Amino acid sequence: MKAAEAIVKFLVEEGVDTVFGYPGGYIVHVYEALRKSDIRHILVRQESAAAHSANGYARVSGKTGVCIATSGPGATNLITGVATAYMDSIPLVVLTGQVPSSMIGRDVFQEADIKGATESFTKHNYLVRDAKDLPRIFREAFHIASTGRPGPVLIDLPHDIQAADIPYSYPETVHISGYKPTVKGHEGQIKRALKAIAESERPLILAGGGVNLARAHTELLYFSEKSGIPVVHTLMGKGAFPSNHPHYVGMIGTHGFSYANEAVSMADLVVFIGARIADRTAGGTQILPENMRIVHIDVDPAEIGKIVGTNIPIVGDLRVILKQMNEKIKKKDTSAWLETLRAMKTEETYETGRLVNPKKAIRILSGKLSDTAIMVADVGQNQFWAARHFEDLPGRKFMASGGMGTMGYGIPAAVGAKIAAPDRQVVAVCGDGGFQMSMFELGTIAANEIDLKIVLFNNSHLGMVREIQNRVFGQNSHTALDKNPDFVMLAKAYGISGVRVEKDEDLKSAFDQALSHKGPFLVECVVDPDESTL
Amino acid sequence: MSVNNRHVLSVLVENQAGVLSRVSGLFSRRGYNIDSLSVGVTEDPAISRMTIVVRGDSYILEQIKKQLNKLIDVIKVIELDKDRSVFRELMLIKVNARENTRASIIEIVDIFRASVVDVSSETLTVEMTGDEDKIEAFIDLMKPYGIREIVRTGLTALERGSKEIQSYKKYGEED
Repeated sequence: MKAAEAIVKFLVEEGVDTVFGYPGGYIVHVYEALRKSDIRHILVRQESAAAHSANGYARVSGKTGVCIATSGPGATNLITGVATAYMDSIPLVVLTGQVPSSMIGRDVFQEADIKGATESFTKHNYLVRDAKDLPRIFREAFHIASTGRPGPVLIDLPHDIQAADIPYSYPETVHISGYKPTVKGHEGQIKRALKAIAESERPLILAGGGVNLARAHTELLYFSEKSGIPVVHTLMGKGAFPSNHPHYVGMIGTHGFSYANEAVSMADLVVFIGARIADRTAGGTQILPENMRIVHIDVDPAEIGKIVGTNIPIVGDLRVILKQMNEKIKKKDTSAWLETLRAMKTEETYETGRLVNPKKAIRILSGKLSDTAIMVADVGQNQFWAARHFEDLPGRKFMASGGMGTMGYGIPAAVGAKIAAPDRQVVAVCGDGGFQMSMFELGTIAANEIDLKIVLFNNSHLGMVREIQNRVFGQNSHTALDKNPDFVMLAKAYGISGVRVEKDEDLKSAFDQALSHKGPFLVECVVDPDESTL
Repeated sequence: MSVNNRHVLSVLVENQAGVLSRVSGLFSRRGYNIDSLSVGVTEDPAISRMTIVVRGDSYILEQIKKQLNKLIDVIKVIELDKDRSVFRELMLIKVNARENTRASIIEIVDIFRASVVDVSSETLTVEMTGDEDKIEAFIDLMKPYGIREIVRTGLTALERGSKEIQSYKKYGEED
């Protein structure tokens, strides 16, 4: 069988029904095999979007996302998307074309060493040297991407390898001697953790993105309810625990809520669950007191002890570990502690100004969205307006580029999300900066009739950078996006409907119109550049 | 071995293209200091073994071990204890040697159980193996004669006794 056809068959074996990509000269054999297959291919308008869409698709479907690009510039355009997926531990299999094997290393047309380039932000990567290795490599790639701590795996496919003739086979099992991720938590450590929890007076759960990735929501909810322990979460952990629950405290971090950060400072024991204690969450905010006891549960042993010393590490799959703990956890009387935290919580107030109040806009939109809605934020002020004011009801989902903070992530990731879950409402929230980093994807949205709603907060500035400049230097520069286009008219050029909102009072009708509209819709909200993030 | 925060790691890796780059890249990327790295194939041709001499406190060492273990191609990482391991390095050294100094150089070579591998009218080339202290001591003694060139393999090491690296558990595995 032709290797390219075998490759497509491997994808089918792995349950892949949708891929995101952009063809080119040195990936044509794979595309020819795709043409003959039932796999849906979404043609993006620039390769970075293929990686972001596969990312959004993976996060919503729970499957490994697949994206494809050609050699050289096609592959290098994927890089930001691959790094974004790596930082947020999103399972991707990334296929790139490569120049013919005999020409590698000679700086020929569209040659780039993508394996070398992505070494530091792929979980693993391969340059295929012998077509006979393809079955093993594909089997390993999907296994590595989706198990343990998930992440992107790249397979670089030289032109001649795609065209080679190989006997078809697909291994049932994987054997990689250096890769055996731990699943079950160590019983002794779990015992120690439960004892520490029992001895604590003000225990707190800090839920991270790992809970969302491991789909351990039910187990976490049970753990908190059975033990009585309240929950804070990171940006990536948004949605790990329902925000309408009495044990819910809020989001921590440099852009989190001060009462949630305060809660961490007051706790005498914190159970980190799938949180890597990034510099923007607990690491950089110095909210962890020195004498605090820390139980750290994570699938990746390298995250434990990296930022803060841990008293009790537990390595393994969060779902499995939480199930193990749930069998033995005892109810604690945390009523006084819960009451203290409840009293600290401040209600948000939304003022009406000259232009649209973006925080109020998100809250109004949140109230109108369904119980299974997905909100995808871009990066910048819009990300925290969205993260702070979108309610995490059970069944909903919030996604953003947390680790990498990649502008332009929101729209393509939302495309992937909508394709993974066509029956769920999907909203992309972005600023005018991030929108223009991915606005070419309006083409993909229009061509594929992706029924996705875009909320664009237009303050004609790179608002978050401007805010930092003002704070640090007392003045700002190079952040004004002068002569922005008429975004509603731009959408119209693609056949996408939209409205511009300049006042809070028009938000409700605009969102009603967007949500009842069949097909993609843009709501541009004009925002004052002096609007603060927090 | 942990004198001056120096540690010797013995690392089993898949004998595949790109492994060396992955391992060395990890050190430079994360800012870990590396004194030497030597690598060669093992009794199993599919597996190579690296001996890496690193510098750092216990936190850095722990991080290095964990990050190395995360690499898919890395099969096992152990730290070799100074008192329970054999450390060797090979050096080739070319020194100035005229008629009047040749004999005294050879005398030192004999004391160190090194061997002369090449002679010219102006130089002697000596091969020697030993632990680092021995090699450094020999270099010091050669300095007065005038050292032309030195090339060293970097440290290579093996644990004493009958225990094998494969019998160690991989990091993170349960005891």
